[in-house]
Amino acid sequence: MAGYIVRRVLQMFLLMFLLSIVVFFLFNLLPGDPARLTCGKACTPEIIEANRHRLGLDEPPLTQYVKFVSAIFVGRTFSPDSPAPIICDAPCLGYSFNRHEQVMTLITQAAPVTFWLAIGAFILWITAGISLGIFAALNHGRWPDRLVMTISLIGYSLPAFFLGLLLIFFVIIKWQMLPFPAYVSPFDNPVQFLQTMILPWIVLATLNTAFYMRLTRNQVLETFGDDYVRTARAKGLPERTVVVKHALRAGLTPIVTAAGLDLAVLLGGAIISENIFSLPGLGALAVNSVTDSDLPLIAGITLVTASIIIVANLVVDLLYAVIDPRVRVG
Amino acid sequence: MSAFLEIEDLKVSFTTEDGVVQAVDGVSLLVAQGRTLAIVGESGSGKSVTAQAILGLIDRKTANVSGEIWLDNEELLALSSPDMQAMRGSAVAMIFQDPLSSLHPFYRVGDQIIEAMRAHRKVNPKEARREVVDMFKRVGIPAAERRVDAYPHQLSGGMRQRVMIAMALINSPSLLIADEPTTALDVTVQAQIIELIQDLQKEFGTTVIMITHDLGIVADVADDVAVMYGARIVEMAPTQVLFEEPEMPYTLGLLSSIPRMDMEAGGRLLPIPGNPPSPIHLPKGCVFAPRCRYASMTNGLSETDRPELLPTAPNHFVRCHLAPDVRRRISSEVLTAIRGAKV
Repeated sequence: MAGYIVRRVLQMFLLMFLLSIVVFFLFNLLPGDPARLTCGKACTPEIIEANRHRLGLDEPPLTQYVKFVSAIFVGRTFSPDSPAPIICDAPCLGYSFNRHEQVMTLITQAAPVTFWLAIGAFILWITAGISLGIFAALNHGRWPDRLVMTISLIGYSLPAFFLGLLLIFFVIIKWQMLPFPAYVSPFDNPVQFLQTMILPWIVLATLNTAFYMRLTRNQVLETFGDDYVRTARAKGLPERTVVVKHALRAGLTPIVTAAGLDLAVLLGGAIISENIFSLPGLGALAVNSVTDSDLPLIAGITLVTASIIIVANLVVDLLYAVIDPRVRVG
Repeated sequence: MSAFLEIEDLKVSFTTEDGVVQAVDGVSLLVAQGRTLAIVGESGSGKSVTAQAILGLIDRKTANVSGEIWLDNEELLALSSPDMQAMRGSAVAMIFQDPLSSLHPFYRVGDQIIEAMRAHRKVNPKEARREVVDMFKRVGIPAAERRVDAYPHQLSGGMRQRVMIAMALINSPSLLIADEPTTALDVTVQAQIIELIQDLQKEFGTTVIMITHDLGIVADVADDVAVMYGARIVEMAPTQVLFEEPEMPYTLGLLSSIPRMDMEAGGRLLPIPGNPPSPIHLPKGCVFAPRCRYASMTNGLSETDRPELLPTAPNHFVRCHLAPDVRRRISSEVLTAIRGAKV
């Protein structure tokens, strides 16, 4: 087990190293001139060259990459020889000249919004998806099963933007059950927080609930046909033990993998839901950074969200080893 | 012989989208206490479903089960599901074909056996563990103390099947059903497992039903044999009689399609032509008629009528339209041809 953990953690660091190379070269060596993007229409070649120097874009690519990576650990100062140097504290993911702000600061402002959005939706869809999926499997072929599967199909076919707009129109505008969404931290104003988040949670959870209902149902049905479930029955165990301890324990394990990765993707930002409900999360920030061609910000967000997925992958694999002895002991 | 297990007209059918599958169609048989009955047949012949019906493992919500199964003066099909649950794993136990998939991958083998024990009686954990270790030693698992804590994937195929046998025997069942217990194992291990089952049967006085398609095993272990084909028993006899004087052409086909050491050099195998019938569309007459070399000798009877399982000698039952003397002549000719002049 210890060897397995060490191996997986080393793999993770290797992956992150490769990620940093890809992100850096993708965004900094693409055709198009990042220095040109730093000033507007009234730009002279002199200003562009000055900015190129301030950003360190006149240095060789390898030097740029080393500075980019070392900034994450020790911070960085842009244009140190100018009268107004720009200091970027560690962990520095770059500096957005469009917004005159450190990329890290922008991300840490947006991250909590996305975090709460993702966690809330996750709890909702995992609870609803798994319990309805099990319920359907236990009633396989009868009307509760068909009902759950129909609901799942409807949930599948509702696009997030459509469901979101529908909810805004009815719940907020027409019936006025909730105020217009305005994000606050749950620690500052829990009531307003809940009022703001409930609809985005529902929108985000709907699609995933539909998916997890189906996944859970099929997983559980599959294990019901497995030989060890028959053995459990042949031992004379009560049906409840057969279902919970033998069938569900094995059937729900693969769902851990799916759930972990889905949560990770969501933690990287929910673009549509954040935009519909004007939540200032990572998804909205990512969209804006692309619209503004804010290269340092795009690179920073990409690096962070990809890292979240890599870490989540590790966590899922370690969790799996805890659950399944075949992974843990060779 | 007094019957310990008696099955009367057992029928099991499943309703599927393609039609009704008659998996077992009127099976009746007797097994005396401490004896071994082998049920032989191709896959899909209904032998495994018969076994699962005895154990009450067939979901009555999706299958139609009728008939009677008497075990030691108790009718199993009439039992309530909690009563049947109490019988499973205690009075009747089962060993399955593939020990790797039959053991739960997430739990230690010892714990899986203790679970079987505690489903039927109160034992404290320490005592339960000791009992499992004892049973492991009895079924020939070396380093039993350590193996109790192993996960199934850490054991070899033979060890896993020994674990399954230990699990089946832990509550001293009076009836043990072994469903192709050696099919998934290496040939060298097969013989050990069969021998083990025989030894334990003697030691515990267990009645055994051995389901198999391996006639070599049948010759080794069984007192009596029931041959199943197309959801029915087509021939039933004491083992020696069945091997030496088979009457049903299907049994004859089975016997002449396995290579034997005592075959004449250059002697030919006689495989059964065709495929087993679809359980949804069983032929109208004799279900074996489409593959039977001798069907034309029944004056068309095999096309129209289902033959009955009738006694041809004491303890020997045959389901065949051919006249008894014709059957016996064919049988002795075929056996003489493939075995040389010995028989």
